[in-house]
Amino acid sequence: MQHSNSLYRKRKLLNRTVMVLCSAAALFGIFWLLAILATLLWQGVTAIEWSTFTERTRMSGGGLGNAILGSIMLTLGGTIIGTIIGVGAGTWLAEYGRNAVLGSVIRFINDVLLSAPSVIIGLFIYALVVLPMGHFSGWAGILALAVIVIPVVIRATEDMLKLVPDSLREAASAMGAHRWWVVVRVCYSGARAGIITGILLACARISGETAPLIFTSLNSNQWNFFDLGSEMPNLPMTIYQNMTINSFIPRQVELAWGGALILTLTILVLNIIARFMSRDTNKR
Amino acid sequence: MSDSGRSETSSPLLSMSQQEGRALARHGLMDRLFKNGTGALAILVLVLLGGIMLSLLISSWPALVTYGGQFFTENRWAPNQQVFGALPAIYGTLITSLIAVVIAVPVSFGIAIFLTELCPAVLRRPLGVTVELLAGIPSIIYGMWGVLVLAPLLQWLSPTIFPTGTGLLTAGIILAVMIIPFITATVRDVMNTVPAVLRESAYGVGCTTWEVVRSVVLPSIRVGMVGGVILGLGRALGETMAVTFVIGNNLFFSATLTGQGTSIAALIATQFNESTGVQRSALLALGLILFLITFAVLACARLMLKRMQRRMP
Repeated sequence: MQHSNSLYRKRKLLNRTVMVLCSAAALFGIFWLLAILATLLWQGVTAIEWSTFTERTRMSGGGLGNAILGSIMLTLGGTIIGTIIGVGAGTWLAEYGRNAVLGSVIRFINDVLLSAPSVIIGLFIYALVVLPMGHFSGWAGILALAVIVIPVVIRATEDMLKLVPDSLREAASAMGAHRWWVVVRVCYSGARAGIITGILLACARISGETAPLIFTSLNSNQWNFFDLGSEMPNLPMTIYQNMTINSFIPRQVELAWGGALILTLTILVLNIIARFMSRDTNKR
Repeated sequence: MSDSGRSETSSPLLSMSQQEGRALARHGLMDRLFKNGTGALAILVLVLLGGIMLSLLISSWPALVTYGGQFFTENRWAPNQQVFGALPAIYGTLITSLIAVVIAVPVSFGIAIFLTELCPAVLRRPLGVTVELLAGIPSIIYGMWGVLVLAPLLQWLSPTIFPTGTGLLTAGIILAVMIIPFITATVRDVMNTVPAVLRESAYGVGCTTWEVVRSVVLPSIRVGMVGGVILGLGRALGETMAVTFVIGNNLFFSATLTGQGTSIAALIATQFNESTGVQRSALLALGLILFLITFAVLACARLMLKRMQRRMP
């Protein structure tokens, strides 16, 4: 009895220890998020004024207006192009290529591209677009961001379409609807919320991407209204340059933190909206 | 569809069957268009992969031809002397990623076990979302945070090991914070695939939570766990902005853990826009090497995760 009691106590102690360690790990993870957000708020809030949004970037003072506008354009452009290609390809994978060999090859390659380093994608668009054109441009930036969006949207579209029950497709086909009509009217409406969640997550991801823009859109301190043929100012590159080559000017570093705060809050809000949408689908 | 309205105005004499025939033909055409159109977009994924490899290979060819094997053995990167050695960058990339994985794996597994086994059901979702939000923060923010908070902190903790606060270990720690959410999410998802009956029967014979996790849950998801960890490694290898700020950008090879160094991605990001000619080509060659390394790593991870998924119900 004594022996089994001590064994019991040992097991209980081990269990307690490991579980405390696991809880500590969870607290640790949340601690990082809070630490980073706290630093951002602390450094960023004081830097943001009204002029931050209305004035362009300058060596002395200035704001981030042109960078914010440029970032919105690049992100929207990348999201739109990436969505069109991604939804189409995802549809093929889920509706036509489900059991095809080609389908599984594409699925595999897509999964690899999903986590390919963004710096490589920047270099790819540099070699493909910037070198032949001879100069950096907003289009190149949009294309690089679109290449990052595509795998995310493909994955979301395919997964969501696969959740639509086959009996719905069969019912629609039995009523005499053609295949494409079934996909567009029946499958898409069933998968809509999930696909939009995927698009929002992709949009959130590219709005903070810096590495691919170094080689494609670069940056500029001028206002650029819809001239995608020339360099497009953007928030991540402005933050990067203010923290590195302009870091000897205190106001530039301050603005970088302000920009970082704006960027992170935007991304967190996009992420939270996306997750609320996916929760609504799960409930249904 | 709007078919009836149009045919009435254009040719009221058409019989019903002719109208139906037209509609059928049009739908048939749309069917083919839709199938082939989406198919072409799907094939674009393959074209993308091929295009990335090919364009990097072509644009890095001049440097590869000029330097050959020396490119991999030369232990410094000195553009002003036209000496380009990939060794310091490759070493930095591998070592920072390894440090990141060593730190991130125990923490991620702890969080995943907490989320699946311990956490009260009410907290499970908010905590899971918090971890996922951490994954959404752009890497440049991690880099800035590393410069402002982590590097001075390390310098203050141990000035002998971290004379400036920056270096390979600092970069590894930042990378660890970045990949913890990725590994956690994957491990949590595969842990959730273990059937509840298995867990319940283990609890039923009197196992403690830890015994259930160690002897029932973890053994049955071994492949998935390894896949998740390698996925995190793939992330760390290609990370650019977080590393660039804190790695120190030392372009000479030195086999240290804590000293300053550089990584492939950081080297490309810092030098690309000031480079011309063969230096730019050499940077693109570095990009090609990075792509091949990450491709191999990610392909391994995906194959493992796929074997895992096949067992899911």
